[in-house]
Parts: sequence; C-alpha cells; structure tokens
Amino acid sequence: MNNQTKYELLSKVWSEFSENKVAVIALIFFGIILFVAIFAPLISPTDPYDLATVTIMNSRLPPMEEDFSGNVYWLGTDGAGRDMLSAIFYGLRISLSVGVLSGLFALMVGAFFGISAAYFGGRYETLVMRIVDIQLSFPSILVALIILAAFGKGVEKTIFALVLVQWAYYARTARASALVESRKEYVDAARCLSLGNLRIMISHILPNCIPPLIVVGTLQTAHAISLEATLSFLGLGLPQTEPSLGLLIGNGFEYVHTGDYWISIFPGVALLITIVSINLVGDQLRDMFNPRLKK
Amino acid sequence: MTVYILQRSLQSIVVLFIMSLIVFCGVNLIGDPVYMMISPESEPAEIERTIKEFGFDKPVLEQYWYFLKNVISGDFGRSFVQGIPALPMILERFPATIELAIFSLFISLLFALPLGIYAGLYPERKASRIIMSGSILGFSMPTFWVGIMLIMLFAVKLDWLPSTGRGQLGTFLGIESSLFTLDGLLHILLPAINLALFKLSSVLRLTRAGTREVILQDYIKFAKAKGLPQSRVIGVHLLKNILIPVVTVIGLEFGSLVAFSTVTETVFAWPGAGKLIIDSMYNLDRPVIVAYLIIIVAFFVFLNLIVDILYSFLDPRVRIKGSSE
Repeated sequence: MNNQTKYELLSKVWSEFSENKVAVIALIFFGIILFVAIFAPLISPTDPYDLATVTIMNSRLPPMEEDFSGNVYWLGTDGAGRDMLSAIFYGLRISLSVGVLSGLFALMVGAFFGISAAYFGGRYETLVMRIVDIQLSFPSILVALIILAAFGKGVEKTIFALVLVQWAYYARTARASALVESRKEYVDAARCLSLGNLRIMISHILPNCIPPLIVVGTLQTAHAISLEATLSFLGLGLPQTEPSLGLLIGNGFEYVHTGDYWISIFPGVALLITIVSINLVGDQLRDMFNPRLKK
Repeated sequence: MTVYILQRSLQSIVVLFIMSLIVFCGVNLIGDPVYMMISPESEPAEIERTIKEFGFDKPVLEQYWYFLKNVISGDFGRSFVQGIPALPMILERFPATIELAIFSLFISLLFALPLGIYAGLYPERKASRIIMSGSILGFSMPTFWVGIMLIMLFAVKLDWLPSTGRGQLGTFLGIESSLFTLDGLLHILLPAINLALFKLSSVLRLTRAGTREVILQDYIKFAKAKGLPQSRVIGVHLLKNILIPVVTVIGLEFGSLVAFSTVTETVFAWPGAGKLIIDSMYNLDRPVIVAYLIIIVAFFVFLNLIVDILYSFLDPRVRIKGSSE
C-alpha cells in the first residue's frame, strides 16, 4: 500500500468516524487524558511523591485552599498532604499504562489462539474454543480474584490477571474473522506458494482481522482500567507504591464519613471520564465496522 | 439428549476439578502459613509439631489429595484466623449475599424493563436518547466508586439512609432476612441500588433491542389491527416475547451479581460472603479463601450447566451440535 492510498483510507475512516459528534468529543477528551498521562511529571503542579515537599501539615485541605507558603491546591490535598490534582495526573499514568499494557498482551495471546484455532481447525480448535467458552462463563471479577488469591498482589500479577480476564474475548473475535478469511482465495494462493503456516497466519490473515480486534480492544481496555481500579480499591491489585486512580479512591474512602468528599470524588471523576470516553469511541468504531449497519 | 446432558455434566466436573487444583496449589504456594498460626518466636520443636500436624512438610500434590478427600466429606479445614471450620463460616454468610443479589436483581428489572420497552417503542424521542446515553454512563461507572458516592450523598450529606451493616433482621417463614423489617430494608436499600445499577444498563439495552425486533413482527401488527388497546399489545403480546432472552440472561446475571457483590459488600460493610473473602485475602486465611473460591466456582459451574440444559430443551440446534463434536 503506498502513501497516497493510505492517506485516502485514513481520511475515509475519519469522515465516517466524525459523523458522530459525541464520539468526536469523546476522542478529544481521550486525547487530553492521554496527554496528561504521558506528560504527568511535566505538567503536575507538584510532585506528590516527593517526600521533601509533601508535609502532613497540609493534610486534607479542601479544594482551592492555600497552604502557609501560599501554594493553591485546586482540588485539595489527601490525608498525607499530597496535592490531589498532581496525584490524579500520576494516577492516570499508572491506570492507563496497566490498562493498555494488559490489553496489548491479551490482544497478542487472544489473536494467536483465535487465528490458529480457525486456521488449523479440528480438535485443537474445539479445545481452544471450549476453554474460551468456559472462561467466559465466569464473571471477570471472579477470574481476577482467583488469580490474585493464588499469586498475591503486585503490578505484574495484576497485569497477568487482567490479561487472563481479557484474552478470551480477543480469541473469540479473532477466530470469527479468521474463519471467514482463511476460506478466501488469497490464503489458498499463499498455501500454494508453500509459505509457512506461521507466516500465512501473521502476515496474511492477521492484517484482515484487525478492524474487529480494534473494536474489542477499545472496549476491553476500558473494562480493564475499571477492573484494575476495582481490584486496587479492594487492596488486592496494585501495591501502595503504584498509586493508580483506584488506590487514590480507596485512600479517600477512609475519609468519606468525615465529609472530606474531594479525596475520593475527583480521582473517581477522572476514572469515569477516561472509561466513558474510551467506551464512546469504541461504540462508534463498532458501528462503523458493523456491516449490518452500513448504508 | 441424555448424551448431551451427560457430556455437559462430565465437562462441569472436569472444570471443577481443574479449578480446585489451580486454587489449592496457587493459594498454598504463597507465604508461610505456619507463622499465621503460631508466633515466629516459638520453640523450634513447637514449629516442627505444627508443620507436622497440618501436613505442611508434605509435597503440595499430596496435600491436595488429602484436601480433596476431606472436601468430599464436607471438610474444608479450619480458618487460621478464627479457628472454626471454614465451610460453615462461609455458608453462614451466604444468605446475606443472596438476599442482596435478589433484591438488586428485583430493583434492576423494575427499572430496566419499563425504560427499555419505552426506548424500544419510541427510539426517536428525546427521552429515549437520554435513557440510552444514561445506560452507557451506567455501565462505565465503576461500582465501588458509585457506592462511595451514594454513601456520601445519602448517608453523610443528607443523612437519610444508613450505610453500613444489615440492620435489624426479621424472621418470616423460618427465613431470617433484612427484607422483613423496616430497619433492615433501609439498610439494604443503598447497597442494593449500588449493585443494581451495574446490571440495570445491560438488561435495559437487551430489553430495548428485543422490543425493537418484536415490534416489527406480524403478530404485533395483527394484534394492533384487531383493535386491541395498546396496553394489552405491550403488556401481553410484546412482553411475553421479549422476556425469553431476558429470562435466560437473568440466570447468568444473577451469578455475576453474586460475584460482584464482593465489591459492594466491602464498600457498605455488608456482612456477606463477599466481604468475608476480601477480609480473608487480607489475612491470608487460606482455608477460607480456598473454600470460598471452590464453592463459588461450583455455584457457577452448576448455574451454567442448568442454563445450558434448559437451553438445549428450548433450542434443539444446541444439542445436535453438542453431540456431534
């Protein structure tokens, strides 16, 4: 594909996507969130985890309050005197990286098993799809609980649990489209050239399964971010040294009954905006790639 | 048909067996349980004795074998923390969880069905669009955060409803439940709403999709042409037909309500099985963790088996495909 056609394709996708104004707004929001997450250390007003500047003297200041040296805390401070706004920026960074990373791993694992199941068929396919069905019959939180109960908490373990929760969705989607693709003539042609199975799967079938996988990917990433927040809130996911949005909300939960609302509300709002904007973008992508809704 | 049921039952047993192996081995590979029971400063002889007594010196697979034999006779071991048998400890907590899940299911259906039918009947109206956008928001909102917001608004700010515990229990027909006293009802309201919101959106979307499909069918047109009042067309002809997929989903949704109640129970300090598992995971109370996970997995495997068998009665294609494999 040369650059000209690539450009045309992109502009066609964009013009279809931008038909839905809500989805465009969601995409802009997501862009802002991504920017904040990537550049958190540069744009945060303070470094919330720098022990030299954070003092307990400033703990639980309400939003817009000033401390003794005249620094304004726009969203207030938490129980340890950390600036909430900065903590949220850093938290977004952690939540998004865990969510996206687990999504990518799950995509790789799921696409591999899904495509190979469709390509080889037979007993192997039956076995893989049976495992997928069985796993999908359990709610995601239960699967995650089993993994974390078995292996304990931690960053890698949380990512592992999230990958295990998600891979089955990718596998199912990848198999469905690979099943259609592997019956097409170009695959026969590739076989006639006696190309290796792996090469046919990766460089011939996989590229044609990408659109539905992107749809599942966006929706699953939103789900993963939400699940990670839930697990971290419960104290089972990330450790205190990696304060994601879920942990921030969990820390704020201690102060709910004293009326210090800002410590748990604002990280939650950030989490909600992230999830909703990803879901809205994913919804629009799904409508775009759904042939039944094509005009 | 019999072949299909046998095959599915066999598969369920295999799944249960594999899950119990994963759970048992996983849970027993972390940390050192000996120091959960006796202080690290104890005499070496006493540590030795405890290790022998609980069989921690044996290989994991051998421990698993003993465990399996005990489980079949209903013995999951004793809680490290409370010293009482794990199984009754969990079973005692289940009524509170089931009660919460049933009440939440009731609330979500109460709102999801009418709203979903409305949005399906009049998809172009503004109210329908608001309902549909609301449902996206509904399943995007993390349950635990919504719970905190509910506590903040209704318990702290307005001080209308209690936010922790089950309240007073009443007894009716030999069943003890919060649903039978006013105090209990007030206590269950917030956690149940919290848990219901999560399911409400998905049932609503399903009802709407069903309504939009059914409304185009000939029997609806015919009922309308016959001059039946709208209320009868919707209440009988439409409702009966959209309930088929909804009822199937409810079986599975009920299971996921039980699983997700771990979160709601922790937020609202609801003394159910879900709160027990989270507390046990903090305390590394292995027998209770293993027992809970195996019971809940068995519950799901059983639920799925029932749904699958019911399905194969309703849809013959399923069992033909199942037995040809």
